[in-house]
Amino acid sequence: MDKIKVTIDNRTVEVAKGTTILKAAQQLGIEIPTLCHFELEGLNFHNRPGGCRICVVEVPGRRTLAPACVTECMPDMVVYTNSPRVLNARKTVLELILSDHPADCLNCSKCGSCELQDLAIRFGVRENPYVGGNHVQSEYKVEVSPSIIRDMNKCVMCRRCEEMCNKVQTVGALSAIERGFPAVVSTAFGNTLTESPCVFCGQCVAVCPVGALTEVDNNYQVLRDLADPNKKTVVQVAPAVRVALGEEFGMKPGEIVTGKLAAALKAIGFDYVFDTDWSADLTIMEEGTELIGRLKKFLAGDKDVKIPLMTSCCPAWVNFYEKHFPQLREYPSSAKSPQQMFGAVAKNYFAEKINCKREDMVCVSVMPCLAKKYETGREEFKKNGNPDVDYSISTRELARLIKMFNIDFNTLEPIEFDSPLGESTGAAVIFGATGGVMEAAVRTAYEVLTGKTLPKIDFEELRGLEGVREAVVDIDGLKLNLAVVYGLGNARKMLELIEKGECKYHAIEVMACPGGCIDGAGQPYHHGDSSIIKARWEATYRADRELPIRKSHENPSIQAIYKEYYKEPCGHLSHEQLHTIYFDKKIRVDEE
Amino acid sequence: MKIQKQLKDQIVEICNSFNNDPCNLINVLHQVQGKIGYLPVEVQQVIAECLHIPASKVYGVVTFYAFFTMTPKGKYAVSVCLGTACYVRGAEKVLEEFERQLGIKSGETDATGTFSLNTLRCVGACGLAPVAMVGDKVYGRLTPADVKAIVEEYRAMEK
Repeated sequence: MDKIKVTIDNRTVEVAKGTTILKAAQQLGIEIPTLCHFELEGLNFHNRPGGCRICVVEVPGRRTLAPACVTECMPDMVVYTNSPRVLNARKTVLELILSDHPADCLNCSKCGSCELQDLAIRFGVRENPYVGGNHVQSEYKVEVSPSIIRDMNKCVMCRRCEEMCNKVQTVGALSAIERGFPAVVSTAFGNTLTESPCVFCGQCVAVCPVGALTEVDNNYQVLRDLADPNKKTVVQVAPAVRVALGEEFGMKPGEIVTGKLAAALKAIGFDYVFDTDWSADLTIMEEGTELIGRLKKFLAGDKDVKIPLMTSCCPAWVNFYEKHFPQLREYPSSAKSPQQMFGAVAKNYFAEKINCKREDMVCVSVMPCLAKKYETGREEFKKNGNPDVDYSISTRELARLIKMFNIDFNTLEPIEFDSPLGESTGAAVIFGATGGVMEAAVRTAYEVLTGKTLPKIDFEELRGLEGVREAVVDIDGLKLNLAVVYGLGNARKMLELIEKGECKYHAIEVMACPGGCIDGAGQPYHHGDSSIIKARWEATYRADRELPIRKSHENPSIQAIYKEYYKEPCGHLSHEQLHTIYFDKKIRVDEE
Repeated sequence: MKIQKQLKDQIVEICNSFNNDPCNLINVLHQVQGKIGYLPVEVQQVIAECLHIPASKVYGVVTFYAFFTMTPKGKYAVSVCLGTACYVRGAEKVLEEFERQLGIKSGETDATGTFSLNTLRCVGACGLAPVAMVGDKVYGRLTPADVKAIVEEYRAMEK
């Protein structure tokens, strides 16, 4: 590869031809500020519109300042990233952006984690010369959907959300519309997200630099119910929360905080602190059994059986096939997601056990996800209007709740989850990372199908952070073709293969978010630092290794509930409580 | 969302004539608007389906270009040029007078569907600034005082 030399702030570096000034500066440890530019290295996400101009640098001999994020280095180029001209231009750019941005930082939910706010602080913006006179700020209606709040007055047109929604997720809900001051990112025809093709994956929220796209906050509903003496409060925590929550309390990414997390929830006042990992093990029993059932039929030559089986744990993915590929909705497993399985068990089995009426039980989930909020509201997951899971709060909301309660998270003594819905295995904790659900299913399917003990628990071939991975797993001579994908654009490719009849896989795992739930839209903001996601990923597999039981079917509490209550996986009662059906929600224009 | 079969067939035919290629979105929109006068929601949705692109993308393009409209134009579509030359020669006052005479704002169509009012940027007749168009007919060197007579001319044709 051709190498060229560039000199940035009087330091010379050799870079490959085609390298941008921004990247070359990074190699020298010089951080040029950016706003619209966004990249998740190794996770296949780039947004480089070169639009905001915060990253401008001075190149002597060039008439205008150069945007570092999109300008390629030329041989022997000289660049200054902090000349007076550059610093003045950056401040002006900020003042112009802020002239069409509400100055309500104090009551903005992004306050403290807003990239625009950080830049304004960094460049010492103290007044705004472009506000006042005839100038009126753009005003748009605020939309509160079941998962996401869109306050487009705060949009800075970086278009990260648009790139994520269209290029990575191929959902196509968002697009830039209009021009000039009215320009904004919008759904088609200004419809609500529910009416649009949006699947509530929330990745637009995960990448939004400002408070234009944020999560619906359910904390105050949780507080109200915690304070009600007539309510029994039950909380469940998803696998990916325990490897990310610590970040909100200054811990380094990848710290596993399971015990402290349980202790914090107890301190907040939940009556029962349980674990979604428990229902992840239950999911494996149901989904794994369904997979084995379909495979047996398939191998016996049944032409009607739907192969590949696709996982159904990810609620954004469920929304995706309901809204975009409803004709293929029989391929995904009918098993409910772990969140909803937990809710069903809590409000049926457990409520009965502690002699609590359904209406008096409040089931809260802590999720790395925003689509889970939408999922709790699905009509099919309610009984007489009472939902199996009352509220889903994100990892970020839980962090706020802990801070509200004056809990010093760092000094908490770790405790165990409560019994019986708190025991879990290593197979459950890896549900949080891409490939984890498939690996957990294979661990169980192997032993159930062969009756033999797995020679090796770790299926390295299913792990990784590439968007599409495939592996052949040998189950006692039966060669299973498996695929693992994340990102709905990759999932779309799989669905298209199925549609064309060219899909060679027996089972496919899908997670909507890059890297899986560890990078879910409800997790602490990573601001484009993919090393954080990597650290959470490593922590997930470390948590698995550290657990004494690592196969779902060996979870004693799961074995007990089948013996006592459900009798068998995919049996009558589990079909009633633990499985679901999918709907055709495609947006269509019907002929009159 | 509903659409008349005949209308849908027309749109499908136009999209087919461009091989349903998303690169031809602007051409498709141009032809469809030429045929039916405007681009309502259901029409954009059908175009999106034909070209296999999100409806949000179609809507983005329709709202970006001043030429495309989502409201049906009146029988007499009045366009006032607000390009630089017309603007500095008082086009804004002419526009205000059209708004007053027609009783509608720029971007609107009157209740009977007779007149619609819009602005545009330059018709290439800067020597005649300020300029307005009614349908394809160009009126140049306008003052607000001329507007009433122009409107009356078309009102008379309707009687």
